This record gives sequence, C-alpha cells and structure tokens, in this order.
Amino acid sequence: MSDKNDKSLLEKMEESQVWKSIIRSGIPRTRRQRMHAILGSVFLHLHPARLPKHAVKVGYTWCMGGLSFFLFVNLTITGILLMFYYRPTVEYAFTDIIDLSEQVPLGIMRELHRWAAHSMVLIVWLHMVRVFMTGSYKPPREFNWGIGVILMVLTMLLSFTGYLLPWDQLAIWAVTVGSNMARATPFLGNEGPGAALLAIGDINLVHVGSDVRFALLGGRFVGEATLLRFYVLHCIAIPFVAMIFMAVHFWRIRKDGGISGPL
Amino acid sequence: MSEPKNNIAPRAAVGAVSKGRKTTMERRSFFSWLAVGWIGFAGVTGGFFTIILRYLFPNVLFEPPQSFKIGFPDKFAPNSVDISYKKDFNAWIVRDDESIFALSTVCTHLGCTPNWLATDNKFKCPCHGSGFRMTGIHFEGPAPRPLERFKIGVADDGQILVDKTKSYKWEKGEWENKDSFLKV
Repeated sequence: MSDKNDKSLLEKMEESQVWKSIIRSGIPRTRRQRMHAILGSVFLHLHPARLPKHAVKVGYTWCMGGLSFFLFVNLTITGILLMFYYRPTVEYAFTDIIDLSEQVPLGIMRELHRWAAHSMVLIVWLHMVRVFMTGSYKPPREFNWGIGVILMVLTMLLSFTGYLLPWDQLAIWAVTVGSNMARATPFLGNEGPGAALLAIGDINLVHVGSDVRFALLGGRFVGEATLLRFYVLHCIAIPFVAMIFMAVHFWRIRKDGGISGPL
Repeated sequence: MSEPKNNIAPRAAVGAVSKGRKTTMERRSFFSWLAVGWIGFAGVTGGFFTIILRYLFPNVLFEPPQSFKIGFPDKFAPNSVDISYKKDFNAWIVRDDESIFALSTVCTHLGCTPNWLATDNKFKCPCHGSGFRMTGIHFEGPAPRPLERFKIGVADDGQILVDKTKSYKWEKGEWENKDSFLKV
C-alpha cells in the first residue's frame, strides 16, 4: 500500500489509461524504447530514429528544407485565418484586404502571410542552390531532386495565384501579363507554335475562347471567374498537391540514406 | 444454446442445392470477366476525366460582350475621337475625313491604357510616354507599332457593330481590309 504512495507523479501519469492510449508505451529509457517512441508516432516517424553526427552541422544544409516546410506550415495557418475574412469576388476582394489590415484585430495577419510567402520563395530557391552546390542531387538522390523541382514549381504557382487575390491594379496587370505567356504554349495556346495546325477546314480548334489560357482564367480576360479560380487553386488545389509531394520528398530523404552530409 | 445449431443446418442445405456445376462460372472465364471489368472501369474513369477537362471551359462568360453596337454613323462627328466606349469595351471610336474605325485601347508597348489628349490631338500612354496619332499610328515613345483596329461593320438595323474578336494590325497591311474601317 505504501508502495503506491511512493510513486512519483510522472510514474502515475505513465500508468494512467489516458497516457497509455495516447503514447502507448512508457517513458522511453533505453535506446530501443527511444527508437520505438519515434517510430510509433505519426508526427515523428518521418524523422530518422537515430541521427548521424554530421546531421547536426547546420552549416552544411543551412536548414533550408526545414525552413521551407516551417514557412509552408506558417502560410497554411495564416492563410486559413485570412480566409475567415476574405471574399474572392470583384465587389469585395480589394476592400476585404483593406479591412484585414485596418479593421480586423491583429492587422498584421495579411503581412505575416505575405512576408512568409516572399520568404518561402527565397528559401526554396536557396534550398535548391544548397542541394546543387553540395552535389546532393546525385544518385541515389536523383529521384528526390525531381520531386524537389516539382515542389519548387508548385511554390511558384502558389506565389503566382496568391498574387492576384488582393485584386489591386498591380495584381490584375501582373496576372494579365503572366497569363499572356500561356497564349504561346505550343499547340495549346492560341498564339503558340502548332496551334494553327489544329483546325478542321476553316475552323480553328485552338482559339482565344478554347485555349489553355482560357481554361486557366475561366474566361478571355482576368476577371471575376479568374479571381475565383485562382482563389481555389491557391487555397485548396495547389496546397493539396504540394502536401502529397512533400510527404514523398521527406520520406525519400530517409530512404535515400538520410540527410546528406559532407563526404 | 441449441438455437445456433439449428441455424447452421439451413445454410448447409443451401450449399447442397447449388451443386449443379454447369450454371456456375468457370475459373478461367473469371479472368476474362475481370479483364472486361478493368477495361470498363478504365473507360468510365477516362471518360470522367475527359468530362472534367471539358468542365474547365465555361459555356457562359460573365464578361462584357465582345461585339457591341455603337449607334448610327451620323452620331460621330468628323475628325473626332469618341472615348465613351473606353471604360466598358476598351475601344475608341475614331472618325476621320473618310472613315470610322475602332481602335484598341491597349498600348502596343507593354499593354497599358493611353489617354486621348484632345488639345494635343494624340493618344498618350501614361506608363512610358508612347504617343499615337488619331489614326493609331505611333510617333513617339517606346511603342514599336501602331494601335490595333477592331472589326467594324453595319448591323441589320443600320447601327455600327464593333467586333473585338477580330483585330487588324497596320504592320501586316491589315488596315487595307475593308472590315477594319467603315466608309462614310
């Protein structure tokens, strides 16, 4: 009986049903138990159970991949919060942005999102530079380099689609100019090479109302349909695809021999 | 306790009834049915994705119409520029000595919108200073070519009809095309 009273609070907690149901094992005390604690958690299992000594050398990787992911998480959280106030319509979009910075409490929410977005573009590029300079794209990591390139393109697309949402002159004209490039897509853009070949007699199949730019904008100009389309792409579609690729990216780091280090 | 045992008996009887092998599927034919199933599944899935692709192209656009009527020819005074269609339709209606034509308001330098300066008798772009004559010909600033003209014609009711889906470029000699201006 007195034995029970001798137990520390930590030991009591460890034996409680709540602890056992969530953590499943006791407080890890041996190396083996520590490894199990990592492997048994959905949030930690992407991490290696043990680190090589060089992995803690920050100067080698500059933490660029981790920082990219940190910024992505930041952008997800601030982005969800912005969605509570922002309405993607021609009537409200611009004034909601003003409202967010001038009337809504913690008016820096939009600025947090904006600066995190700028940083993420920068950090993702630097991440790519680091991987290139250290030769970390070489086998067996060449597949993960490919995944990384896709993730970088997705980052650019997130940046591009988010650019339109404030719906000011800068946004509208930037996206007008940017999406005009899609006109020149080979075969799929109405001014692109080969587009004129896709015709039945006099009828052009690829014209300004049926090309890839039309599908991107949801119309012939940057307008109401474009704003909604870019909003959905920015908030749902591209992050969804990016998360799938990120899962593969992180998983492959371990499968390709762990974090790259000095040779 | 004896109840469950009684329940098992009818099940066994069911198995005995379906003994006739001729009516059941051959093992090998199962695989051909499987192939049919997969091909069907691939077809339906492929069709669905094709429809999704089509789904991205809207049938009804909530945009200003691409062709619009601007009234009868005598509405426009000789040697004048009508700027009232600039905001909604991005077009200037110009009448010179012999014709009426519709100019695009998109600067040929980087796509800004110039202004009509009646006192200077020119279109002036606020972005980089490109200048265009009333005819649309460029004469100052960085613009590399004249403004484009839209298709113009007369509708059934006698009003002038401007169609923006077709534009005419001077540098291609397209201003000679009789759809690019209206003789008055």
